[in-house]
Amino acid sequence: MTGVVLALAAVSFLLVTIFSSGYSAFWRTEIALTIEFDPKLMKVEPDATFDQLQQVNYLALFRKNLERAFPEVTARADRRELAQMFSESAPDLLREMVLADPGLVGARQVVSVLASSSVDMITKGNAPRDIDEARRVISDQQLRWLDRFDESGLLGSRFNSDFFTSGPSRSPELAGLGGAIAGSALLLLVTLLLSFPVGVAAAVYLEEYAPQNRLSEIIEVNINNLAAVPSIIFGLLGLAVVLNFFGLPRGTPLVGGIVLSLMTLPTIIIASRAALKAVPPSIRDGALAMGASPMQVMFHHVLPLAMPGMLTGTIIGLAQALGETAPLLMIGMFAFVADIPGSILDQASALPVQIYLWAESSERGYVELTAAAIMVILVFLVAMNLLAVLLRKKFERRW
Amino acid sequence: MTVYLVTAVLLFSFGGFFSARRKAHALRASGPIHSLPQYHGIRVALWCAVPALLILLAWTAFEPRVIELLVRSYLPPEFANLSEAEANLVMMEIRSLAAGTFGISSDQAYVEDAAEVFRSFQKISDYAMTVSVMSFAIVALLWARTGVLRRYRARQSVERSFNVFIFLSSLIAILTTFAIVLSLLFESFKFFELVPLTDFLFGLDWNPQIAIREDQGASSGAFGAIPVFAGTFLIALVAMLVAGPIGLASAIYFAEYAHPQVRNFAKPALELLAGIPTVVYGFFAALTVAPLVRDLGIAIGLEVQARSALAAGVVMGVMIIPFISSLADDVINAVPESLREGSYAMGATQSETIKQVIIPAALPGIVGAFLLAISRAIGETMIVAMAAGLNANLTANPLENVTTVTVQIVVALIGDQEFDDPKTLSAFALGLALFVITLILNVIALTIVKRYREQYE
Repeated sequence: MTGVVLALAAVSFLLVTIFSSGYSAFWRTEIALTIEFDPKLMKVEPDATFDQLQQVNYLALFRKNLERAFPEVTARADRRELAQMFSESAPDLLREMVLADPGLVGARQVVSVLASSSVDMITKGNAPRDIDEARRVISDQQLRWLDRFDESGLLGSRFNSDFFTSGPSRSPELAGLGGAIAGSALLLLVTLLLSFPVGVAAAVYLEEYAPQNRLSEIIEVNINNLAAVPSIIFGLLGLAVVLNFFGLPRGTPLVGGIVLSLMTLPTIIIASRAALKAVPPSIRDGALAMGASPMQVMFHHVLPLAMPGMLTGTIIGLAQALGETAPLLMIGMFAFVADIPGSILDQASALPVQIYLWAESSERGYVELTAAAIMVILVFLVAMNLLAVLLRKKFERRW
Repeated sequence: MTVYLVTAVLLFSFGGFFSARRKAHALRASGPIHSLPQYHGIRVALWCAVPALLILLAWTAFEPRVIELLVRSYLPPEFANLSEAEANLVMMEIRSLAAGTFGISSDQAYVEDAAEVFRSFQKISDYAMTVSVMSFAIVALLWARTGVLRRYRARQSVERSFNVFIFLSSLIAILTTFAIVLSLLFESFKFFELVPLTDFLFGLDWNPQIAIREDQGASSGAFGAIPVFAGTFLIALVAMLVAGPIGLASAIYFAEYAHPQVRNFAKPALELLAGIPTVVYGFFAALTVAPLVRDLGIAIGLEVQARSALAAGVVMGVMIIPFISSLADDVINAVPESLREGSYAMGATQSETIKQVIIPAALPGIVGAFLLAISRAIGETMIVAMAAGLNANLTANPLENVTTVTVQIVVALIGDQEFDDPKTLSAFALGLALFVITLILNVIALTIVKRYREQYE
């Protein structure tokens, strides 16, 4: 009893830690600034063309606006500190706004600008505030400005939808999981397409066709052993054989999928065999008696009845594959890929690898991102396992 | 290119299916035929697609190598004088030049020429591949379609290819094992050519970093695996000290005491632990447990290092609990009811029965479960990669940081991989050792469990 309680306490402790440090990543602190899209600052005529607007130095526009908003800040160092309170994406934001609506030139507008990662951490309480300046992530002066923003109601927060759509970034406040989610989806697709047909076919052979001989015995022992081989060994296999011998491109979902499908095959074969075994022989005998060929018996009767069990096993295998990290590191899926992969031959990242990279990163802003990414992967895993349980519940038949 | 070809072949094969089926339908309208029309269709589709796709696969696998050989024969004699590593570098340059990668240019004229040759070979190869794959698909389709005859046994033909397919699928397990063993052995041999086997097995110093300049100290690196293995076993031991008692206790609880309702709720909850990715445990270990262990140690006056073996081992133990619990649960449930009833009939209490009858009866199975768990702990990568140390340290003190086999494999292979450098190759030697150890543990465990099951069946 104590054992169970201890184990469950460990799970709850783990989940609570992760949720408490991760939930805040779904919101981002913003600071409202009045931006004057002054043609003089932008060095363009009010009726500038699209091309001219693209050439504008938006960083300068942002800086000058900051100076106007804070005329009392004059020293260079102070100005730099002030600018550092905002995300480095601020100029890009202004560019997008102007390019989307050229009529803004000459107008004045209140813009919500993303705060920098350090300010974000202080606002959310993820980094301690009442400590010595040297150890705090922002300086005393920045803290005073932050309090002023807060008092005048300029601080806001917004749901961080970019987290799910954008790729990784070197600044924590801009980093997202979009690329990793797409990479993991492609990986799972390749894994499913390779391992499901082969796994089911192998199970059918071993369960229904295999003669009782040495070869079948060796195959069976092999499958059981493969199920227990450490995943990192599969990574070494992928590196030596798939990358170096066959020369497939490094770090792509295709290679990752091949390695992961070799890993999930034993799971799928074992589950599929159990599902085939559960189909009573009377069904086979009945169909054979009606004149069906063995393959017709298989495809028309046995496989449809065993399919729910096989799918359950496959989903559980895929859920394992989704969380697998070590083999993907071996085959080079750890590179910084800013783009969202569009095909199985693009360099890509994957959810667990992204978690590893963020966790290893020394910047403190990544801690909440890591925890949030873990929450995302856990949601996917729970969904997959629920699907498996539902499948089993819905189609389970006792003969 | 390949994608279009695959699509084209698949389209042809679909077309072949429908046309052969229609032909067979027409035949059937005028009299009985041996096989159902759809079997004729499937047969033609298979003939059209399978050989063509196999050619395509072989072509894409061997094309780069053949082209490289051809291009090398075109290179001037000064290329032959280059060392293996330099030659590879030049080939890489040629490849990226030929691919037209932006911003790459070479100062050597012959490299530019070779890139031109490379490109022309690639063009020829692409044309030849398209022509041969498509012509093969079309010829096979037309030939197979002539076989749509009244008495032709298309069903048998399709079933034969199906049987071949499922047989080959089941062989993949063997092929995978072979590929693992061969690739590990092959790369390990290369490693042992550079580092003597005895140094690896008995050396006490592990320091794979090789100095960039020749004159720096320890320029050759040290590859004594003992501290690495000692660290691995230390962490596995800590993990088993946590997981063994807790896992076994919860298995006994589930099998003997738990109310069915509690069991229905708590068992899936415990199995949830097994479904959590190990990278999550690693993050948990590094973020929460390691500082906690350190603070606790300092509070009671012990010096604990930031990446201690204790923290990594404890978290790994938590990960293994459900594994032991569910295996041991199965084993305890397999003890026949008659043993329990006999013990109760002799007047033993429930706890006496468990201690003196059930556990001894289930002991071989429990040992097997523990061995499987140990093999799991040794092979686990992410927890130790994130929470254990990176530097080898020969110690038995769990409060210090130690490194493991899996961590060293990750360290050796993340970053630049050079397959003539002992640092990269050492990963394969470690991998081979890891594979052999886990294989032995698994085989022993599976044999014990199997024999134990047979005993009560």
